[in-house]
Amino acid sequence: MALVQNFPFLSIILSLSGGVVCSVLKGKNARNYCLFVLGVILIFSLSTLGYVLRTGEAYNYMMGHFPAPWGNEIRVGVLECLMASVFSAVMMLSLLGGMHHIFEDCEKTKVNFYFTMVCLLTSSLLALVYTNDLFTGYVFVEINTIASCALVMVRYRSGKALVATTRYLIMSLLGSGLFLIGITILYDLTGHLLMQNIAQSVAMLFATGTYAFPLAVIICLFSMGLAIKSACFPFHTWLPDAHGNATVSSSAILSGLVLKGYIFLLIKIFYRVIGMEFIFQDKATNVLFVFGILAMILGSLKAMREQDLKRMLAYSSVAQIGYVYLGIGLGTTAGLTAACLQIIVHAITKPMLFITAGGFMDVSGGSKQFRDLQGAGYRDRLGGLAFVVGALSMIGIPFFAGFVSKVLLTTASIEYASLKTIIALATLAISTLLNACYYIPAMLTLFTHPKEDRFGSKPIKLHRSYIVALVVLIVFNFAVGIFSQPLTEAIQSGIAMFR
Amino acid sequence: MKIREDYEYVGWRRLLHWVNGDPLEDYLPQEKLKRDSLRDQSEIEEQRRQNQATLIRRVRDWLHEHGMEWYQRCYRFFAVLVALAMITVLLLTVSFLPEFGQPDNPVNNEVSQRYIEDGLQETGAVNIVAGMILDYRAFDTLGESHVLFIAAASVLILLRMDYGKDGKVRKDSGLVDEGYDRKYEPRNDVILQTVTKMLFPMIVLFGIYVILNGHLSAGGGFSGGAIIGAALILYNNAFGFKSTRRFFTYTVFKWVSFVALTSYALLKTYSFYTGANHLASGIPLGEPGAILSSGLILPLNICVGCVVACTMYTFFTMFRKGGM
Repeated sequence: MALVQNFPFLSIILSLSGGVVCSVLKGKNARNYCLFVLGVILIFSLSTLGYVLRTGEAYNYMMGHFPAPWGNEIRVGVLECLMASVFSAVMMLSLLGGMHHIFEDCEKTKVNFYFTMVCLLTSSLLALVYTNDLFTGYVFVEINTIASCALVMVRYRSGKALVATTRYLIMSLLGSGLFLIGITILYDLTGHLLMQNIAQSVAMLFATGTYAFPLAVIICLFSMGLAIKSACFPFHTWLPDAHGNATVSSSAILSGLVLKGYIFLLIKIFYRVIGMEFIFQDKATNVLFVFGILAMILGSLKAMREQDLKRMLAYSSVAQIGYVYLGIGLGTTAGLTAACLQIIVHAITKPMLFITAGGFMDVSGGSKQFRDLQGAGYRDRLGGLAFVVGALSMIGIPFFAGFVSKVLLTTASIEYASLKTIIALATLAISTLLNACYYIPAMLTLFTHPKEDRFGSKPIKLHRSYIVALVVLIVFNFAVGIFSQPLTEAIQSGIAMFR
Repeated sequence: MKIREDYEYVGWRRLLHWVNGDPLEDYLPQEKLKRDSLRDQSEIEEQRRQNQATLIRRVRDWLHEHGMEWYQRCYRFFAVLVALAMITVLLLTVSFLPEFGQPDNPVNNEVSQRYIEDGLQETGAVNIVAGMILDYRAFDTLGESHVLFIAAASVLILLRMDYGKDGKVRKDSGLVDEGYDRKYEPRNDVILQTVTKMLFPMIVLFGIYVILNGHLSAGGGFSGGAIIGAALILYNNAFGFKSTRRFFTYTVFKWVSFVALTSYALLKTYSFYTGANHLASGIPLGEPGAILSSGLILPLNICVGCVVACTMYTFFTMFRKGGM
């Protein structure tokens, strides 16, 4: 076995124990250690990605001395490595972009725990991406839940953040509970926890037609549990509070990565555990499709009415998650490709927007209301530029990342050729318009000179980490927008390996 | 056909007037009389405005006083409805599942068969459960012990108070020192203290026994750690923080969990690495039944036990006004 093949497992362990190490270090050292761990994980993930692309096939990695159905196992393919690389890179950039806010918002003696949470969150995301075993998935969903709630909670001097955390915790635990019940029933029917073994048993059960009702309930429980945790439309109510009130890095990490981890797990369950043809048979994709469409429209409508920049961005996340569910809801490989690309696009765009929101708050007296943000684009030029790039990408202008995923979604829904096509195309058009309806006024506000000069009009000195994070994210955005072909091909080959 | 003289004032006409928003005087005979005799046009206008204002105010007041209540009533009703629907569906699902305890159930397959038949031989643990959670499926347990750690860390973030050098809560900590609940310590409850003096060593000893025999009999790190944690809580209740601080402070918690979790991760990394690369781990399994047997399971149980005991005690102290 090549050394590279050990890297996914090593990166999970490294970030798990990285969290423990951060808990005994002092603030600054914990930060450096956390960034070091994330960097190593990024290198590991990229080299594994290279290896898997070269060999062209996925491999299973045995965790311990016992082969799969008895021991644990992780599975490494192109799609998994790609997600892991994107997740670790974005995690690092989100941390960098909001670094000075972390040190302001957290209590001085407890800053190291923030990095503990970030490390453990990274490990859980990696494990959700790589896992080949449903129960391992559940264990790391637990870590993910607690860590992401803690990331909102660290800003507890603001009472709003505490209330938001409580709501988030309750909704998130409800989602975990439904997911766990689903696993239990599935285990009772199949006697397995390993994904491909369950898939075999489920195929047999569907063929014989026994247990049709429990299987439908299982699909429902999995979809509902993970939809609650990834803020799919009717279950999104916790999201704007949690993302709007957290510290900048937390908002970026939560909306860019945490939601995506759960969606990726859902995709894995659909394709590798239950099997897409049975999901089709039970019409679960149609439900997700409808949820996605409602999210796209209603999320944007809610965003239009917000007077608070971060809450607006949070509602925009609801809409963008709707695009992902639309892609999954189509149920075709093309739809899945578009959904995966949308996951990546949103993961590199939304954190950038949240980081710029943090920068605008710095130059506007800590306020995130639009009336105070007038002219903030002049006071923080780089932030203004990044916001424009991000907003245009979210609207779906050519040459920006968001355009690519929308084009893929459109072609995927045209290929589908049924009633869904018309609905999907109409919704895509309407939601693009709606996106423009709130991003363009936001941009205009940021670049309007205010009537009274309250905060001074000179650009202030920016933090170095903030500049690095924004520049890299802008470059990513253009890179994905212009050279999307290799990325799409990688995703396609990853999906081909997925089965 | 007889036409009533007061046809203006029948119910239907009154309703029409009311819908049109005419002043009361138009359709109530007494009011009309009053109007004719006493009031001029401007007074009527005034009256009409007042009526409207009263109505609006009454609606607003009603909403203000009862709106929330009604909303909550509806909310509760629908919440109960949703919960009942959920319960029905899940109970219905259970009725479809294979009957509990039958030999030909799907869960009785080659997986559990190997655990039961070869577990002793392959892991060296007489307690099959310990062999399963700490050897076959050790990765899950590694995650699970980190769940405990992360829960403790979250509670520390939220509730830990930082005491300055003067023994008071630091001003910049953002937390208010609500009523110092250690004022009444030590409580000097003679019965509790005497019983604790007798029981504490025994409970701790039993906890250690459960941890160390985790691979031989029922028990292990999780249960033994919980027993030790309970002993610590009892000791704290009897003798107060002043006594427990002599041997258990935040620093102790920090380093014990650090050492335990890190050594757990290191041991398991070694075992995963060798396992995945098909190398011999070189860890002797020993003779089943002996205290020093079953490879890594004993040290792992000790690590888990330390983490669980620390976490339990930390939860207790943190929820009692945040500090150890």
